[in-house]
Amino acid sequence: MDTLILGLPVAYYIAMVAKVLVAFVFVLLTVAYATYAERKIIGHMQVRLGPMRTGWHGLLQPIADGVKLFFKEEIIPSQASKFAFLIAPLVALIPAFISFAVIPFGDSVTIGGYTVPLQIAAYYDQAGKQVFDVNVGVLYILAMASLGVYGIVLAGWASNSKYSLLGGLRSAAQMISYELAAGLAIISVFMLSESLSLHKIVADQAGGAWYAFKQPLAFVIFFICSLAEINRTPFDLPEAETELVSGFCTEYSSMKYAMFFMAEYANMITVCAVTTTLFLGGWHGPAFLPGWFWFIAKVYFLIFLCMWIRATYPRYRYDQLMRLGWKVFLPLTLVNVVATGLWVMFISK
Amino acid sequence: MLGAYLPILVLVVIACLFGLGSVVFSSLIGQKKPSQVKLAPYECGCEPVGSARERFSIKFYLIAMLFILFDIEAVFMYPWAVLFKRLGMFGLVEMGLFIVILFVGYVYVWKKGALEWE
Repeated sequence: MDTLILGLPVAYYIAMVAKVLVAFVFVLLTVAYATYAERKIIGHMQVRLGPMRTGWHGLLQPIADGVKLFFKEEIIPSQASKFAFLIAPLVALIPAFISFAVIPFGDSVTIGGYTVPLQIAAYYDQAGKQVFDVNVGVLYILAMASLGVYGIVLAGWASNSKYSLLGGLRSAAQMISYELAAGLAIISVFMLSESLSLHKIVADQAGGAWYAFKQPLAFVIFFICSLAEINRTPFDLPEAETELVSGFCTEYSSMKYAMFFMAEYANMITVCAVTTTLFLGGWHGPAFLPGWFWFIAKVYFLIFLCMWIRATYPRYRYDQLMRLGWKVFLPLTLVNVVATGLWVMFISK
Repeated sequence: MLGAYLPILVLVVIACLFGLGSVVFSSLIGQKKPSQVKLAPYECGCEPVGSARERFSIKFYLIAMLFILFDIEAVFMYPWAVLFKRLGMFGLVEMGLFIVILFVGYVYVWKKGALEWE
């Protein structure tokens, strides 16, 4: 047998580094091209062309934007709290980029006799013939989603600008309100799956038994709340241009400004991936194509849905937003939990 | 155990390096021509009036407090949901009582007007 480092074979470490790098680059590229896709899709929905000049049909636009942002002047307002102002974009970006660690991109693949699960934070026990992953994967994702709030609040407060402060506060209140409803909505999924491990939740949905069919209410509430939690239209009040200039990132420029947007798009990808994992059967799909293809197809469809919603709906007013979260979704999720409990106990036996 | 958590650490390191790298790189190659007006807080072209760190609506504190209360209760429900089928009828009744108490508190908060934004 192979030599062991900390009780794990060398092949494990090679597979781990490869998985981390591939997933990181994949998310980074998806973030870059999600900005392009968004401009292009919304452009066509509004009977415009969107970016056309850089490359064929504007395909090089994300790269041009990135290069431009690197060369932009970095402005730190004289009255800002400098340290907090500098770390705020990092605090927003890093949780956004590490939360996909527990998401299963597919089932296991076997390369050269060594089986690797297509999930970053997981390994295949060659002796026990089963996948071990982070058994509290859902909690990890919720925790990382909450950490992202700090970056935005910090940015709003540290800028020492009125628009930033208001944007940051609005954002914090909105994100925590909807995080609550989203967290309560998925409880009914765990009642069916009996696990918080994302690998097991996906494995449970084999053969088209998606939780979206068993828990349609939880699915809809979770997806809408997630849109609100990542500040997407129609819930993009923290950046409401007509009221708050640019919200919490008014004072930011250059790459630090870009990092808030990368965080936002990375969060969008994570949210779509979590929705796919919890409700849309993850990697399951017709067998003529590999699992990871179905997973990515479902995630991209949900990302398209986010953009479609953005092109369709006007922005909520703040009191409407809070009313929807606290007075509609919160009681509905509690009712859903009770209903699921009664259903499991008395009907599905 | 280690096999599942070690990759997260590696990913954290890579994400930190990426974030720090892009901030440092852009501040190295970006131009710098600061002026007093440019560094003033943005207020639609007018002279900034006073500090931004003033008092803001009490509603935000209230929402934060309610969030903590309800989120803790949501966290209590996670382990229960995982063990739900194994606990059987006992678990259902127990959590039914818990949700009823939670709901009474929720109705109280609603009737007190803590959820209103006018």
